[in-house]
Amino acid sequence: MCIGVPAEVMEISGEEARVNVMGAGMTAGIVFVPEVKVGDFVLLHAGQAMAVIDRTYAEESIAEWRRVLDGRDEFLY
Amino acid sequence: MDVMNFYTDPAVIRSSVEKVKNAARDFRNQHQRVPVIMEVCGSHTMAFARSGIKTALKDDVNLIAGPGCPVCVTDQKAIDAMIGLAGKQDTILCTFGDMMRVPGSRRSLVDARTEGKDVRVVYSPVDSVTIAERNPEKEVVFLGIGFETTIPLLAMAVRKAERLNLKNYSVWMTTKLVEPVLRTLLDSGEAEVDGFLLPGHVSVVSGEKSYRFLTAEYGLPGVITGFEPVQLLSGTYKLVRMLREGKHAVVNDYRSVVGQSGNQIAQSLMTTYFTFSDEEWRGMGAIPASGLVLKEAYAAFDAKRRFNVTVPPQRKTACRCGEIIKGRIAPEDCALFGKGCTPVNPVGPCMVSTEGTCAAHYQYMREE
Ligand code: SF4
Ligand code: SF4
Repeated sequence: MCIGVPAEVMEISGEEARVNVMGAGMTAGIVFVPEVKVGDFVLLHAGQAMAVIDRTYAEESIAEWRRVLDGRDEFLY
Repeated sequence: MDVMNFYTDPAVIRSSVEKVKNAARDFRNQHQRVPVIMEVCGSHTMAFARSGIKTALKDDVNLIAGPGCPVCVTDQKAIDAMIGLAGKQDTILCTFGDMMRVPGSRRSLVDARTEGKDVRVVYSPVDSVTIAERNPEKEVVFLGIGFETTIPLLAMAVRKAERLNLKNYSVWMTTKLVEPVLRTLLDSGEAEVDGFLLPGHVSVVSGEKSYRFLTAEYGLPGVITGFEPVQLLSGTYKLVRMLREGKHAVVNDYRSVVGQSGNQIAQSLMTTYFTFSDEEWRGMGAIPASGLVLKEAYAAFDAKRRFNVTVPPQRKTACRCGEIIKGRIAPEDCALFGKGCTPVNPVGPCMVSTEGTCAAHYQYMREE
């Protein structure tokens, strides 16, 4: 029930935005993410964007995990 | 490689599984037993089962499901009350789709709808406000279940109804909070858990900080993790490594989505509209201050205060969902599993919810 889906923000007007969820367009509330900009990715939950998804962080965590898998970096925390 | 492709790449998954197994074997050599990890969130339970990771790890890591699916922990009485409300004239009852088939004492909301009651499934609580706006001659009640992920959306719905000055809209609050239930589980001594995989989406709202009590007061580690196979494995690996090294921190392995302090706007909306309440958890009983209800100032939107609903006495079933959500037994230990209770004909909510442990085991883990 609380699963979120990623969506791309296409257009913003007031408290709502047009977003693209895996190819389908829909309207979502953006009250919880006032900092959101067109082109950002957000996590949608039941019609509201709950967080802006940070691509850089995601890419960093992949790079980190790749090092772990290669046995090159065992330092995690 | 794109972010999404990495998270689901079969080669990466295979080597990740090996990493986890190796770390878990070190733990087993140290402790002569496998590590026990509770995944608090039902979506994690489902994702572990669906991806085959739970089966792949079964000899090395004991993954047990926790109380983190709002559908599974909703008390029978709440469903009975909803069926009672749906029976009132001029009432439209709105709910999330997941709740439709949850059995109450005798019937589910699907049964009520089949009998001609106006029960509607909405995608968002705000949609139920729109229904109220369009049907001024009807009372519209939303069945407000959920954890921290969903509670801010209930606040949004009330805020909208307030702005529209609606007189025919209310929410039947039956919400649940993660921290009180984890504390109750740990204080009871019933859960023998070495560490937690913490719910990624709840944490979007409550933030990394909200789990500090686990390490500070219980000396247990936790990792906040996402839902893709590699994210599940990365989180599990980090947790098992901490266990192997005797460390207990809360690690945020989902930083691209979850922040330190969570979503401040969601938290402040929650404090504006809601106050703590003692909530009944299915199979666990009442837990003090484990949920949120509307404050006195918003009594006009509180279905519990507006409607006097009496519920019939509870009927006992052999369903063992209470023990399932406490991590005490596996679904296979329930005599009804796969026999009297299946997704088509569920006896308990753990078989109904798309994130329910029994449903996950039934769909993905049965040995034919
Ligand atoms: S989705 Fe929400 S409700 Fe369902 S199990 Fe997770 S935290 Fe849970
Ligand atoms: S198998 Fe069915 S009856 Fe048994 S615990 Fe799970 S939901 Fe309840």
